[in-house]
Amino acid sequence: MNLLPTPPLPRLILATALTLPLTAVAAITPLDVNISYIGLEPDHGAVLSNILPEPADAGLPGAQLGIDDSNTTGRFLKQKYHLHALSTDDTDQVLPQVLEQYQQGIRLFVLNLPREVLAEVASQLPGDVVLINAGSADDVLRTEQCLPRMLHTLPSRAMLTDALAQWLSSRRWNRWLLLEGNRSEDKAYADALERSAKRMGGHIIERKAWDYDTDLRRTAQKELPPFTQTDEYDVVLVADERGDFGEYVPYNTWYPRPVAGTQGMSPVAWHRVVEAWGAAQLQSRFEKLSGRWMNSRDYASWAGVRTLAEAVTQTRSTDPQVLLTFILSDRFQLGAFKGRKLTYRPWSGQLRQPIPLVHPRALVSQSPQEGFLHPVTDLDTLGFDAVESRCSLQGDL
Amino acid sequence: MRKPPFVQTLLLSALLASPAAHAAKAYVSNEKDNTLSVIDLASLTVTDTIDVGERPRGIALSKDHSKLFICASDSDTVQVMDLATHRIIANLPSGEDPEQFSLHPDNRRLYIANEDDALVTVVDTESHEVLAQIEVGVEPEGMAVSPDGRWAVNTSETTSMLHWIDTETHQLIDNTLVDQRPRHVEFSRDGAVLWASSEIGGTVSVIDVASREIMQKLTFKIRGIHPDKIQPVGVKLSADGRYAFVALGPANHVAVVDAKTYEVLDYLLVGSRVWHMEFTPDQQYLLTTNGVSGDVSVIDVDALKVVKSIKVGRYPWGVVTLD
Repeated sequence: MNLLPTPPLPRLILATALTLPLTAVAAITPLDVNISYIGLEPDHGAVLSNILPEPADAGLPGAQLGIDDSNTTGRFLKQKYHLHALSTDDTDQVLPQVLEQYQQGIRLFVLNLPREVLAEVASQLPGDVVLINAGSADDVLRTEQCLPRMLHTLPSRAMLTDALAQWLSSRRWNRWLLLEGNRSEDKAYADALERSAKRMGGHIIERKAWDYDTDLRRTAQKELPPFTQTDEYDVVLVADERGDFGEYVPYNTWYPRPVAGTQGMSPVAWHRVVEAWGAAQLQSRFEKLSGRWMNSRDYASWAGVRTLAEAVTQTRSTDPQVLLTFILSDRFQLGAFKGRKLTYRPWSGQLRQPIPLVHPRALVSQSPQEGFLHPVTDLDTLGFDAVESRCSLQGDL
Repeated sequence: MRKPPFVQTLLLSALLASPAAHAAKAYVSNEKDNTLSVIDLASLTVTDTIDVGERPRGIALSKDHSKLFICASDSDTVQVMDLATHRIIANLPSGEDPEQFSLHPDNRRLYIANEDDALVTVVDTESHEVLAQIEVGVEPEGMAVSPDGRWAVNTSETTSMLHWIDTETHQLIDNTLVDQRPRHVEFSRDGAVLWASSEIGGTVSVIDVASREIMQKLTFKIRGIHPDKIQPVGVKLSADGRYAFVALGPANHVAVVDAKTYEVLDYLLVGSRVWHMEFTPDQQYLLTTNGVSGDVSVIDVDALKVVKSIKVGRYPWGVVTLD
């Protein structure tokens, strides 16, 4: 036997080594940094494919992990990060809670809220805040409805569908059948796919709305093949954000074709299968903390907290104006396990980021795809560019 | 204790390949094959492949070149290999997920970065005792001990800091904030200067060891390659003090830097995703590990030309050389 057993680590030594000597950094002013996290998970109504439920607290453990990561750094700089969290399913609780936190002196907010609530919060808060949208993918927030002092860490729908469309284009799967659900967010996703089709050379042979009310768990094999019997397509794209019928489309299409979009292969901000560029370490920290897998909104909340903390570390300030100016400057960079540094679009406040394309058990690709070029950064081939947006966040500072 | 499935193969290969006594060799860790490739440096060919623990990454030689230390990250141990027999003779208590390490000039204390635990573990390589564990930032990665043995410097990737550990007291004395995701630290021969690469920041910081302040920051630019893909990882300094070589990861190039003026002199095209490097004992060649292409590029140091690439295992990570 040439392998010796590994002796257990002596706990005593660990305990004594924990008392960190901070004498050498005594000159640094201690900072207490208070960050609010507000998450709203409104009832989405009954869905057909409810067998594997989504976590009810999506976002919150991401913010907590962001705080933990920042405190590990903060220890060495005498910075202490505190999270003030509310996770609720009651819309009426949100605004009073935000205003009370503002009264208590909190100026940095990570918000996992639908667009309407987000807009209400932004309009009620005074100007000395930094707001981070980690919950709404709505394109309107990046183009028309430019909320003051707001950054977006969650990718917009357009970024997701552009990421998918680039990949489809690189595969030359250009004939798309588009299926959409009957809710406004499904229509928004389908609209985003139409826009991406124009940009990336996709051809939508037909756009069909699914409004049948049968229980597809029993009848998918009977209903879906005729529903998808159209002119021939290369791929079926599904726009069904809450997961009502989309899970039943794969393997039930008229032609033997793959399915992508909100189901099948999906463009996401984050998924458990992302493991390159050190992501394996982030995933294991998250699972240790929460006991579940990290999803896109967890990631967006994590990135929101890390953005604020990175700006505090670099500027040694908690002043919202100083932080926002720094975050939108070219000096800001966020290491966020996506293989390159992330920055914010100075016009819309959108976090630029590569988009993983995943199916439930593996990573398929990551966009932007090779060959999609942009004069500033290839990340700006995803979503709305400066000329397509009315927002001017940096200019409004 | 985990039952090692590779013991028999190991014994067998040890019996068959009794390594030649005096030929210069390189050992390369193959992260996704759980093996080491042995390269004969006279012929620049792979002469042996040795099974080791799971996910071998950082590797380092004992000062007398009789032993090789191997971070077997997924086995949560540092293995000690007898280089005469290629047998694993010990497993050191490394703490969880050891990634990189550095041996103190006293040839006993091994400083190990535990990536998942935000710790640096100090192990006595003779008594196999854990001497200390020091809390550092998130995802500790690079490790270097200064030539005079006074400092152990660790990089933490998500905290973006260099942590200065006093090797007498094992206390953390100071922290230097650098650009995003610091990966590797390398002391100059005289110990006066420390080079630190920032993978996501895309820079190399040159630090004055006396003041622990950054005195120079290097940036890189390669025509036709997006700046975000230029991600410095490994740094090696030539013994004559003339050059610093910087491996630029997915940019697939090694930058040649004048170690005195800090001017970037050239970029050499190597294999895909180049991470770590080592000089041959005579300093004639520099070997680079190219993870994605699964090979080692051989750079002629005088000519500053890539002269050969050698196919090794999957995801070559670390490399050491010896006479």
